[in-house]
Amino acid sequence: MIKFKNILNTRNKAILREMVVTDFRVRYQGSVLGYAWSVLRPLFLFAILYIVFVKFLKIGNGVPHFPVYLLTGIVLWNFFVEATSSAMSSIVGRGDLIKKINIPRYLVVLSSLFSALINLFLNLIVLFIFAFLNHVPVTSSWIFMPFLIAELFLLSLSMGFILSAVFVKYRDASYVWEVLIQGGFYATPILYTLSSIPVKFQKYLMLNPVAQIVQDFRWCFVTHQTTSSWEVSVKYFTAIPIFLILMLILLATKYFKSQSLYFAENI
Amino acid sequence: MEEFAIEVKGLTKKFKKQTKAKNVKELFIGIEKIFVKKPKDKNVDFTALEDISFKIKKGEFFGIVGRNGSGKSTLLKILAGVYHPTQGEVKVNGQLTPFIELGVGFNPELSGRNNVFLNGALLGFSRKQMLEMYEDIVKFAELDNFMDEKLKNYSSGMQVRLAFSVAIRAKSDILLIDEVLAVGDAAFQRKCFDIFKKIKKEGRTVVFVTHDMGAVQEFCDRALMIDTGRLVSIGQPREVALKYEVANSGNQDIELGNNARPTNTTLALTKISPVGLQNNFVKHDEDINFEVTFEVFTKTKIQLNLFIVKKDGVYLTGYNTTKDVKSFAPELGVHKLSCKIEKNQLNRGVYYVGVAAYTYNEFPAEEDAAVLLDILDIAYGTKIPMITVEDNSKTSNGEFNLKANWKN
Repeated sequence: MIKFKNILNTRNKAILREMVVTDFRVRYQGSVLGYAWSVLRPLFLFAILYIVFVKFLKIGNGVPHFPVYLLTGIVLWNFFVEATSSAMSSIVGRGDLIKKINIPRYLVVLSSLFSALINLFLNLIVLFIFAFLNHVPVTSSWIFMPFLIAELFLLSLSMGFILSAVFVKYRDASYVWEVLIQGGFYATPILYTLSSIPVKFQKYLMLNPVAQIVQDFRWCFVTHQTTSSWEVSVKYFTAIPIFLILMLILLATKYFKSQSLYFAENI
Repeated sequence: MEEFAIEVKGLTKKFKKQTKAKNVKELFIGIEKIFVKKPKDKNVDFTALEDISFKIKKGEFFGIVGRNGSGKSTLLKILAGVYHPTQGEVKVNGQLTPFIELGVGFNPELSGRNNVFLNGALLGFSRKQMLEMYEDIVKFAELDNFMDEKLKNYSSGMQVRLAFSVAIRAKSDILLIDEVLAVGDAAFQRKCFDIFKKIKKEGRTVVFVTHDMGAVQEFCDRALMIDTGRLVSIGQPREVALKYEVANSGNQDIELGNNARPTNTTLALTKISPVGLQNNFVKHDEDINFEVTFEVFTKTKIQLNLFIVKKDGVYLTGYNTTKDVKSFAPELGVHKLSCKIEKNQLNRGVYYVGVAAYTYNEFPAEEDAAVLLDILDIAYGTKIPMITVEDNSKTSNGEFNLKANWKN
């Protein structure tokens, strides 16, 4: 196993910091508005979604604060997609480093995760603006949100470890993952509410850790009328997706560690 | 008990040859092969290094030499921890900084300043250390006015200066230096070597990979040579450098020039060969005898010149028949002539010995009136004997044994 106390020692922290900062600096390179885009982009995208789904399609009737409810799902899902996709190509994309210097390989994956995490926080800021405009009440259940974000981060990180290692050997992985992500989008209650599908299927959908995170996050943040993971079936149902994530973490670190020895020659 | 900085035991590295399809398209391109019976590849692995063991002492300046493709870069990358050994182990005792390449992670879209911090982090510096060193780095690179410029607007010389300026700050106990460091103009190379000398003085361990036998002999305490993945020689830099030169100047490797041999109806040189040597090796304190065979077609006054060249064709010296064979005008037919190079003249190294034949125009009988009749030389597309001179006396260096006396 990777030694935990070494994961973020001074040296690794410096590397991680510089890689994340570089990523962020390069992203808005050459644009007039620069970093402002990181907030403006989600702002415009959310406005479009709001108009399309709430004003024209008129779905989500009966769910309080539906625009925020919808955007919450989209923000969390987008993080998952961005984090896993960028993590997948991170090792190959940073081949120049991997082939020349012995930095811990997981730092490269971790840096792409942190870049995605920064974006998530910026999106969440925009989301909070919408929530404020939509008069979403501040409740005590908001304190659970960081835990759910942490859970989503760990899930994405584990997927990122597996995908990045697979991608070094098989470039097919990016196409396969693209298809799976597309399927996953519709298998997760993002554009629709969980209550709109037959009750007997609901619990199977909620086995998906992303679905559990999205639903529980909505429950904490937007409205308690959301079907949360502990309400979908038995009382401790939530433990199942969490257990799946824990298993995934073990599998991912083990696989990544064994594969990372040969990244330099396989890229 | 001596302390070791790096200990390599039974190191073997094999690379898998790329046989797999890298994407779906390639998978389908190769699909017809399923129906064609193909012989099974028994040897899909490529062995880059085989059973290599050695130790590098603490504070040693250690050279690794080898030709391109010999496996020395693979060895360096394994020492640096970039590659993982297939078999065997590498023990590194201390903190190690690899200078496999300058400016690792440099991003052309970032400013010089940002690149310094990025590169510094990758070399193992904390943010705080970098802030402290930043002024010195910029000063050393002489780029004070350019640090906010994007790196892509730097000249390549500026980029190298900046990268080098960061790299030399490394305070680790063991430095891996690849020869790429010693590229650039002469002034920059000098700067590099000055730094190497400083590092050596500080008693840090340095592993230095190079082709430059001069540098190996100048800096290294010990060296090793690998060839086709095997350790061929380890020990004194002078001996290793000699072995390297021998291996690199085998006749099969030498680049023959394409100058045309002169055609004439007077004379043809057939052969020059050393006499009484084993594998063309000779000790520095032994005479070297040569025999020259030639055929005369037209009787005339001629002169033969035996000369010594280096692998790259540089003419070192020659000695002609004028003094020893007066009025040399051999009869028609095949002749043999011998020539002795006296002992204690050539230093250790690899030399090529060729011969040329000249005739004279009677007027004016000056040296540059000599007309080349025939020549056996690398530059004229002929393989000529390669002589390896061995010498353990270490009293002199370079090509010739300089006859001189010191007094105090």
